[in-house]
Amino acid sequence: MIDSDDFVKALQDIGCDFFTGVPDTILGGIIEVLSEQRLYTPSVREDEAVAMAAGAFLGGKVPVVLMQNSGLGNALNVLMSLHLIYLIPCLLIVSWRGFEGNDAPEHVVMGQTMPQLMETLRIPHRTLSAETMVDDLQWTAHTFMDQRIPVALFLKKGVVKTIQP
Amino acid sequence: MVSLRPEEGVMQSRAQAIQALFDVLSDQPVIICNGFPSREAHKIQDRSGNFYMIGSMGVAASIGLGLALAKPDHQVVVFDGDGNVLMGMGTLATIGALKPGNLTHVVFDNEVYGTTGNQPSYSRLVRLDHVAKAAGYANVERVWEREDIVYEFKDMLNNEGPNFLLIKVNEQIEDADRVALDPPDITTRFRDAVGSAS
Repeated sequence: MIDSDDFVKALQDIGCDFFTGVPDTILGGIIEVLSEQRLYTPSVREDEAVAMAAGAFLGGKVPVVLMQNSGLGNALNVLMSLHLIYLIPCLLIVSWRGFEGNDAPEHVVMGQTMPQLMETLRIPHRTLSAETMVDDLQWTAHTFMDQRIPVALFLKKGVVKTIQP
Repeated sequence: MVSLRPEEGVMQSRAQAIQALFDVLSDQPVIICNGFPSREAHKIQDRSGNFYMIGSMGVAASIGLGLALAKPDHQVVVFDGDGNVLMGMGTLATIGALKPGNLTHVVFDNEVYGTTGNQPSYSRLVRLDHVAKAAGYANVERVWEREDIVYEFKDMLNNEGPNFLLIKVNEQIEDADRVALDPPDITTRFRDAVGSAS
């Protein structure tokens, strides 16, 4: 399992310097570390969060948005009619609730369809693992810089340590 | 029966208000919401520091907030509309809580969805300036005359924000074409204007 501190450090190593989002239990440890370091700006909705990230990119930052995959639904219109057409990149760290149907009912449909949804939107994505973290983040950085569009990293339960194990 | 029509006596059009604001601005970056506000602003004074939104309704203030946090040495201005604010009203709370001192949120309130045919909005019944005040904006003003617009806007640019300037305007729409710039060019031009590395 990846330590939240190490994960945040790895994000900073690829240049990420603006962090916002809406919490999820899977993301709790990461948000705690970011908050302790005063790097995290809480948002109230995922469309607001991705738009805030767009503004930060316009201001020269490399933005990260943390969200539960249910929040992808809220963010879709902004990703489609702002980021993807203005070529504004951001790193989406999306917790994969409902993975293999193993979650509360409200997460099941998004849990099953999320990768196809991202493919439909032409948003490049990977699923983070402890073994491939360095490579995953290098791929993220390259895709971000080359294509200038949002890139998603899916985070399953138990990959990064959280505050409620 | 409560009327959903604009208040009597508001003679200023949004285009006239935009002109008044541009007369005050120098090189401050401006995020402009989608629909006719962007089209009118582009026609009245195209500036490299104008970020014209053509979609993503409701998030102009969110983009402005992200920029204000990223660029604390810049005075960031948002040109917004009543329908836009109502769609993203949670962002008033985010701004009120974070209190970015360098953000001035201007809302042109014509009480209708003007770009789509003047369907009434709720802003006649729900005072957006009151909402902004309750959310914690540092300075909130509601104006409709040109001289008041200029006075309050100048004052806000020189004071610690976040500021909320509600400008009551009539429903008149300027004959303005769609913004002809390609969106990626808007991004690049704007980033250069605010000194962000490309």
